[in-house]
Amino acid sequence: MANQDFSLIFERGKKGRTSYSLPEMDVPEMDLDNEFENCYVRSDAPDLPEVSELDIMRHYTGLSRRNYGVDSGFYPLGSCTMKYNPKINEDVASLDGFSHIHPHQDPKTVQGAMEMMYDLQASLSELTGMHDFSLQSAAGAQGEWSGLMMIRAFHEANGDDNRTKVIVPDSAHGTNPASVTVAGFEPVTVQTNENGLVDLEDLKRVVDEETAAMMLTNPNTLGLFETDIMEMAEIVHGAGGKLYYDGANLNAIMGYARPGDMGFDVVHLNLHKTFTGPHGGGGPGSGPVGVTEEFVSYLPKPVLTKKDDQFVFDYDRPASIGRIKPYYGNFGIYLRAYTYIRTMGAEGLKKVSEYAVLNANYLMRRLEKEYVLPYQQHCKHEFVLSGKKQKQLGVRTLDIAKRLLDYGYHPPTIYFPLNVEEAMMTEPTETESKETLDGFIDAMLHISEEAKNEPETVQEAPHQTVVKRMDETTAARKPILRYQK
Amino acid sequence: MNLPKDLFYTKEHEWVKKEDGNVRIGITDFAQDELGDIVFVEMPEVGDEIGADEPFGSVESVKTVSELYAPLSGKVLEVNEELEDSPEFVNESPYDKAWMVVVEPSNPSDVDQLLSAEQYEEAVKKD
Repeated sequence: MANQDFSLIFERGKKGRTSYSLPEMDVPEMDLDNEFENCYVRSDAPDLPEVSELDIMRHYTGLSRRNYGVDSGFYPLGSCTMKYNPKINEDVASLDGFSHIHPHQDPKTVQGAMEMMYDLQASLSELTGMHDFSLQSAAGAQGEWSGLMMIRAFHEANGDDNRTKVIVPDSAHGTNPASVTVAGFEPVTVQTNENGLVDLEDLKRVVDEETAAMMLTNPNTLGLFETDIMEMAEIVHGAGGKLYYDGANLNAIMGYARPGDMGFDVVHLNLHKTFTGPHGGGGPGSGPVGVTEEFVSYLPKPVLTKKDDQFVFDYDRPASIGRIKPYYGNFGIYLRAYTYIRTMGAEGLKKVSEYAVLNANYLMRRLEKEYVLPYQQHCKHEFVLSGKKQKQLGVRTLDIAKRLLDYGYHPPTIYFPLNVEEAMMTEPTETESKETLDGFIDAMLHISEEAKNEPETVQEAPHQTVVKRMDETTAARKPILRYQK
Repeated sequence: MNLPKDLFYTKEHEWVKKEDGNVRIGITDFAQDELGDIVFVEMPEVGDEIGADEPFGSVESVKTVSELYAPLSGKVLEVNEELEDSPEFVNESPYDKAWMVVVEPSNPSDVDQLLSAEQYEEAVKKD
């Protein structure tokens, strides 16, 4: 790794060097100034890199070698479900019949692709206990927003215009209150009790005739199952509100419990997390939304449905919240999720959750000896440790995360959730072996020893990476977003 | 913990300084240390009405975003615009250069209901 070229693509190459050869021009030359208004014609040539094909290859290959992903190592980034993405997904997604079709094709000519989507909707409905699904939303956050817009449409259709508030636990993902706000509601916080669960008394206090809905992940962000969910559903429904399920943590309960059976009215899932769509590098994501029967008429249109023997896109949905994504969402991710569900089968998905929970509990019980565990009960697929003890030695959670890089691991999610001091949110997923987990545990225990005996080693980490400790503060205060010579 | 005795405090980690019937507000040394390097401060505008215990702005650090809660109700008279370009003042000088707003309290005696330095220190220790 020592002899690597870290120059930017702009700093490589030489003026006039190219990696293309165009055929001789066989059309007449034109004066652009005569054809367009001057303001559209640039006076200076753009400062594009001038490099050979080999320069480009080395540039991108170099970048890819410095990248870190699930295919290169353990990635216990809590709440992100960084599980292995089986490569059979890619085989199926690259079949000509799927990869060579176009969304403008006549639906009659793409019945197979539509059947796949229809079956995927049915599988997701069965897994979650919902009546129907729309695949359109391009990510979890868009799923949340779509779900909330349906809840708004539902209340409005019932002449219930005063429901302006959505209840969100204080441990919730930041996207929840954000989606609430963007959907035109006001977020109201409900507190977590000493067991890390929603405080029922506080819930009763904040629920009223203005409650449009409550948003919840179950298991919650602390990785704990909300055991009072039936009572919570009763409280919220009793006040005329609806219950929204954020599917971020579905990986913990597949085949064991269904949001629909818990009383949830609207759910979204993250196909790029639980269902092995490629994850990271910006996606693409996919956040399908599922609903109970009373919400079906509000689903985003078009709705993919079956009429006689044909799969069709139904646009005749007067109560729909409308189209929320061009075409029918991120089709490529559906293929991967569908392949995953079909290859795992019902029993396989149940095992997924079983091992996800087992792995998390194994890690948690071995790490609680050196790191503070704020909530003692068994966790589901993830858990949150606190770096409180190490902080007293002058070693912060950020330092521990940076030190993990030296040991070759991606760190857990840090400083989240907000209700745990110096939080480290750790989600191993089901796809890791005991040997991998043991390696990570050893690293974490070593770091804890280092914090006691040689804190500066941790405080100044990372030492082994290509780039050392980043100056995140200056990067945030005075960002340089554009290359300049 | 640096807690000037002449200031009042809130459980949400703001400090309040009495100034001729008005109050100057910022966040405590403890708060800036917990948050880490501050990279952005979002504040209300002059003339805004703020309500006791309601958010009136936020501070963003490298690791988190935290809301600023109004210690009392009143009208914003001044805003420290320097923090826009120099959010690092919050870390370097929380009680002086990083004052955030000056507020005319709706009810001036509200200030006396806030925590003393000793009471605030006690509350922080309990957490």
